[in-house]
Amino acid sequence: MNTLNTTVTSEAEMPEENVVPVQEDKPAETVIEEGKTVGRPFADDAKFKLRNVEVFYGQDRAIKNISLDIARNEVIAFIGPSGCGKSTFLRCLNRMNDSIDICRVKGSLQLDDHDIYDPKRDVVELRARVGMVFQKPNPFPKSIYDNVAYGPRIHGLANRKSDLDEIVENSLRKAGLWDEVKDRLDATATGMSGGQQQRLCIARAIAVSPEVVLMDEPCSALDPIATAKVEELIAELSESYTIVIVTHSMQQAARVSHRTAYFHLGHLVEVNETNKVFTSPEHELTESYITGRFG
Amino acid sequence: MQPANLLLLTLVLAVVAYGLGYARSRALAMPLGGIRHLKSLPFYYGARAALWCGIPALIVLALWAAFQGKVIQMLVIGSLPPEMIPADEGSASLLLSKISNVASGALPPGFVEAPIVEAAERLKALREQSRMLMTALVVSVAVLAGFLGWLRIRPRINAREQVESILKWLFFACAALAILTTLGIIFSVAFETFRFFEKISFVEFFFGTSWSPQTALRADQVAAEGAFGMIPLFTGTLLISAIAMLVAVPVGLLSAIYLSEYANKRVRSIVKPLLEMLAGIPTVVYGFFAALTVAPFISNLAASLGIEASSQSALAAGGVMGIMIIPFVSSLSDDVINAVPQSLRDGSLALGATQSETMKKVIFPAALPGIMGGILLAVSRAIGETMIVVMAAGLAANLTANPLETVTTVTVQIVTLLTGDQEFDSAKTLAAFALGAMLFLATLLLNVIALKIVRKYREQYD
Repeated sequence: MNTLNTTVTSEAEMPEENVVPVQEDKPAETVIEEGKTVGRPFADDAKFKLRNVEVFYGQDRAIKNISLDIARNEVIAFIGPSGCGKSTFLRCLNRMNDSIDICRVKGSLQLDDHDIYDPKRDVVELRARVGMVFQKPNPFPKSIYDNVAYGPRIHGLANRKSDLDEIVENSLRKAGLWDEVKDRLDATATGMSGGQQQRLCIARAIAVSPEVVLMDEPCSALDPIATAKVEELIAELSESYTIVIVTHSMQQAARVSHRTAYFHLGHLVEVNETNKVFTSPEHELTESYITGRFG
Repeated sequence: MQPANLLLLTLVLAVVAYGLGYARSRALAMPLGGIRHLKSLPFYYGARAALWCGIPALIVLALWAAFQGKVIQMLVIGSLPPEMIPADEGSASLLLSKISNVASGALPPGFVEAPIVEAAERLKALREQSRMLMTALVVSVAVLAGFLGWLRIRPRINAREQVESILKWLFFACAALAILTTLGIIFSVAFETFRFFEKISFVEFFFGTSWSPQTALRADQVAAEGAFGMIPLFTGTLLISAIAMLVAVPVGLLSAIYLSEYANKRVRSIVKPLLEMLAGIPTVVYGFFAALTVAPFISNLAASLGIEASSQSALAAGGVMGIMIIPFVSSLSDDVINAVPQSLRDGSLALGATQSETMKKVIFPAALPGIMGGILLAVSRAIGETMIVVMAAGLAANLTANPLETVTTVTVQIVTLLTGDQEFDSAKTLAAFALGAMLFLATLLLNVIALKIVRKYREQYD
């Protein structure tokens, strides 16, 4: 397997993948060679360095030998059919899988050259640096203000009430929500619309000044207008954060991400610049997926 | 035929009506080209015939069974010679029981006057007639109405709607039954309470600080003066309930948190049923555990510390009651905590909150209305609990806040007032009903408050 290379993976690998003749309409029969990822999975300025990652649910191997770099301040999209492991992989990055008893993670996962799964590692500190936004908006049943202030409070980021007010206002501004809610910060968050709730969750995540924001299908429960707002927000946030987004919408991946990673049955099949993935995919599975033959 | 047998017969007739109605609707449908040409499925035609057959017959049966006794009594008394017609209600009921004893053979006819023997014969005959009449009436109503229902099966008639609306009324009747029972209880208690307040003043009952329910049998009796102040009883109840809640709420709540958030599946599957077993222990067993083990332990411990403690103490009763109530709190809270969506936990954990921070700041507030509900349920249970207190806390109505002294509760006093032979016109007996009414009002108030709290939080969180 290739290590750290920033150029396009050599063409020589391609024939190996194409050994098995592929029948039309049955792309799933393509053999995927484990640990082989075509395209450009590695980066120079890596925020996350993930090598030979495997995830097990009991006896089930959900993630099969994936290696990937996530660069600083890039937006990378994970796409793939349902059950391909993209969410599982995402949840490894801030150890959200810890709460699942039967889940085991193997391999080397590093954030800024420090092992994420080091037993001595403080998960609280990790999650403060790697925030997460979920599929369904999950605001706490508290006021809008308390939702955003939740993270800063538990991490002791503000010494005075005025500091906290400032953090809350800044986060809401960054999330493009300030003008909509500034007059009703005491109103309960669960009374907002779905799109507002999701932007509130983003504001809540960035209120602790994370370095990375993980987004697990953040728009799947939203209508097109709310989706457009969240996508706009992602574009703005990409200036200061590293963003990993799982999405089912290929248009969304094309719109917001710099690089796109295609997952298939627990394998990482192809990673490349987004426009390349969508215009000239190297792997036939990727092509089948983006042209809508399955998934 | 006996009413019970008649009931069975009516049900059988209804089943027959169902079968016939079902068959007839199918038979009517066949020439039209199948059951899809009927307005409703054959089941509904059958069900309608069965309901038509059963409901009127059952109503007739119920009315007959309810009123036949009174009517027969009136007829029997009316047939007596004028000089024997009883003047007041008491002697009437005595006379009637005499007559019915003769009729059933419990009293040999030789021991009573001739008119009574005659009346007994008449009673027997009337009962026989009534029974036959009832059988005939019920069966004919069932058959007639069932036949009508069967006759009115036509493809154009929508039986489904009729069955649905009849069922709606049946369900309503069931719901009304529960409410009517409650009303009945309230009225029976209220009536006796009213009679109690004819004898004892409101002021004495509500503000009196001493309780010694005595009524004189003779005018010149020693210590004839009774005292009916409920305050010592209610403070006793509150003291014991408060001690019970002090034990049950922290232990129950924390074990619920442990079970739902920290324990793994195996521990949970063992510990939860074990905890719930506490609720299955009969209260009388808790009672002697409290009286024979805990109370002496507490009084010995207090004695060794140089504090004076009664051998029956509020602390023993309250503590054991608290242990009994733990599963109420823990089980309900556990369910409520589990019902908090996982997405809220994930959201909090993903922000870097620890498990206990998540519990304290997100899950607990979200689950609070449900937890409050569980706690208030436990409080009502504590207030209503009797057996443990009878055995471990004693009967002396002391007005005290010292948990080491013996106190008594409202429920215990109700029990002691109503056990044994009682006359129903003395203030002593009627006091039990007044106490019951107060207890009822107290728990009602508690439930109203609980609902208010739950609603308030629900508004805030939805």
